[in-house]
Amino acid sequence: MLKYSLKRLLHSLVTLFIILTLVFLLMRLLPVEGYYGERADKLTPAQKEAILRKMGLLDPWYVQLRNFYLQLFRGDLGVSVTYRANVPIKEILAAKIPYSFAFGVAALVLSLVVGLAMGIHMAQTKGLFWDKLWTTYVVFVNAVPGAVYLLFIQLYGTSVTRLPMLFDRYNVLSWILPLISMSLGGIAGNAMWLRRFMVDELNKDYIRLARAKGMSSRAIMVKHVLRNAFVPLAQYLPASVLFTISGSIYVESLYSIPGMGGLLVTAISRQDNPLVQALVLIYSSLGIFGLFLGDILMAILDPRIRLERQGGAR
Amino acid sequence: MMTSKEKEIIQAIEEKELFTFAQYDAEAAERTGYSDYSYWRSTIRVFLRNKTAIFLLILMTSLVTFTFIQPYLPGQKDPITIHLDPNTGLQLRNHPPDKEFWFGTNSIGQDLWARLWSGTRTSLLIAIIVGIWEIVFGTFVGAIWGYVRPLEAFITEAYNVISNVPTTIILTLVAYILRPSFQTMIIAMCSTGWLGMARFVRNQIIIIRDREYNLASRCLGTPTGRLITKNLLPYLVSVMVMRVALSIPGTIGWEVFLTYIGLGLPLNTPSLGNLLNEGRRVMGAPALRYQLFFPAVVLSVITVSFYVLGNAFADASDPRNHF
Repeated sequence: MLKYSLKRLLHSLVTLFIILTLVFLLMRLLPVEGYYGERADKLTPAQKEAILRKMGLLDPWYVQLRNFYLQLFRGDLGVSVTYRANVPIKEILAAKIPYSFAFGVAALVLSLVVGLAMGIHMAQTKGLFWDKLWTTYVVFVNAVPGAVYLLFIQLYGTSVTRLPMLFDRYNVLSWILPLISMSLGGIAGNAMWLRRFMVDELNKDYIRLARAKGMSSRAIMVKHVLRNAFVPLAQYLPASVLFTISGSIYVESLYSIPGMGGLLVTAISRQDNPLVQALVLIYSSLGIFGLFLGDILMAILDPRIRLERQGGAR
Repeated sequence: MMTSKEKEIIQAIEEKELFTFAQYDAEAAERTGYSDYSYWRSTIRVFLRNKTAIFLLILMTSLVTFTFIQPYLPGQKDPITIHLDPNTGLQLRNHPPDKEFWFGTNSIGQDLWARLWSGTRTSLLIAIIVGIWEIVFGTFVGAIWGYVRPLEAFITEAYNVISNVPTTIILTLVAYILRPSFQTMIIAMCSTGWLGMARFVRNQIIIIRDREYNLASRCLGTPTGRLITKNLLPYLVSVMVMRVALSIPGTIGWEVFLTYIGLGLPLNTPSLGNLLNEGRRVMGAPALRYQLFFPAVVLSVITVSFYVLGNAFADASDPRNHF
C-alpha cells in the first residue's frame, strides 16, 4: 500500500510540474497590459519597459521559469496588479476562501445526503413512478445549463418565498437559496451515478446467490449493493472536498457572495496577470491532489485496485 | 454402467416410444443455421419503442429545421437592425410582444424573434462544429492511444496533464489569451472537447484489439491503419453518435457560461448565451422578463432533447437491449 501511494504521489508531482511549467509558459503569451496596472494609458514606453524589467519579464524565459519556481517554493504567489494594486495575492485569497469553503462544504454535504438517498430510492423503485420522477429531475439538471435554471431559482425563489436576494453574512436566511443552487447539480450527479452502479450491481450473480440463501432484501441492499456501488463514487469525493475552496463562479456572483468563485473572472476582466496565474496554479494543484487522494481512497476501499498493473488513464 | 434394472425398463418400452422420426420442417432447419438479426434494424426498432424519444425527435427536428430556414421565410426581420419608433423617431426599446414584433424588442430596439433564431443558429453551429471535432480528433487520438503501444505512455501523460486542469480554467484561459470571437469560442471548446471521446475510444479499443479475430487478422499481415478502420472502429459508431448528441447540450452550456463571464461572442453576433445575458440584465422588471423567458425556453428544449435522445440512442444501440 505504501509503495503504491509513493508511486502514485511521484506520478502526481511529475504531472503537477508539467502543468505548472506549461501554464507559466502560456502566461507569457498573455497581453502584457496585464502588468502595468491602472495607469496603463498614461505611461511612456520607457516607463512600461521599466515596469516589465522590474518584474523580470524581459529576462530570457528559462531565467523567468527558474525565478518562478524559486518564488513558488518560498510560498510566495506574488502581488496583484489591478484587482487590488500591490496587495499580496495570499492576503486576497485568505479573505475569500472561508466564504467559499463554508458554502462548498455545506453544499457538498447536502448534495451527498440528498443525492445518495435519491439514488437509493431510484434503484429500489426502478421503472416505477418515483424512479421516473427523479429521472426527469436528473435529466433536466444535467441537460439544461446551470446558468439558465439557477437564474430562475433566484428570480422566483426571491419573489415567491421572499427570501433575501443578496448574500448577507449575518442573515442565515440569505444562505438558503445559494446553498440550494449549489447543491442541485451535485444531487443530480450523485443520484444518477449511484442508481446506475446499484442497478449494475443488482444484476450480478452474487446478489442472486445472496437471495437464494435467504438474505433479506434490506440486508442485501445495505451490505452488498450499496457498499459496492459506493466505491466508484468515492473516487471523486476528495476532489470535491478540495474544490469547495474554489467556490461556484456562477452562484457566488449571482448572490454577491464575496468568495473565490468570481475572483478568476474578475482577474481576467481586469487583466490582472499575476492573479490569473496564481489562481490557475491553485486550481490545477487542487485538481491533481484531489485525484491523487481519490486513487488512494479507492485503493483502501477496493484492494483489487492496488494489485493491478500500474499505468493507464483514469 | 447401466444397472440391470434400468436395462429391463428400457427393453420394456417399445421401440416406437423411444425413437420417432421427425417431419422435415424447412423453416425450423433455417432457424438453427441462420439469424436474421441486423444490428442497425434492431437498434432502430428498440429506439422507436421509446415514445418520449420519438416525441422529442420530432420536436427537435422541426425546431432545428425551422431555425435554419427561418431567415428565408417571408416577412422576417433582420436580427441586428435597430428598429425606430415611427412616432418619436427614437429607438423602439423594450417593446412588448405584439403582432409586429412577435417576441418584442430588446433594450436597444432589435427584434427578439429574429435574434432568437439567429442566436440559436449560431449556438447550434458552434455545438455541431465542436461535436464533429470531438468525433474526428477524439476518435483519432483514442484509436492511436489504444492501438499503438509505444505511444501509449506519452498520450496517457498528455491526457492526464490536460484533464487534471478544470475545464473551466482551460476554456477561460484560451478565451482570454485569444480575444473573444466566434473562432476563439470554437478553439477553446475544441481544446477540451476531445478528451472524453479519446478516453472512451481508447478503453474500447483496448478491450477488442486482442480478440481472436484481430489476432488472426494481424497474423495475416493486415496493416495497422486498415485494422483500426475496418476491424475496430465499426464497433464504435453507435458510441460516437451518442457522444455527439450529448456533447451538444454541453457545448451550448459552456457558451452560455463563457458569455456570462464576459468572454463570449461579440454583442453584434446573437447567440443563446448573448440573448440570455441580455435577458438577465433586465429581469428585475417583471414586464421585461419575456426577454429572458423566450431564449431560456428554446435553449431548454434543445438541450433536453439532445440529452434525452443521446441517452435513448445509447440504450437502443446496446445489443443487450435487443432481445
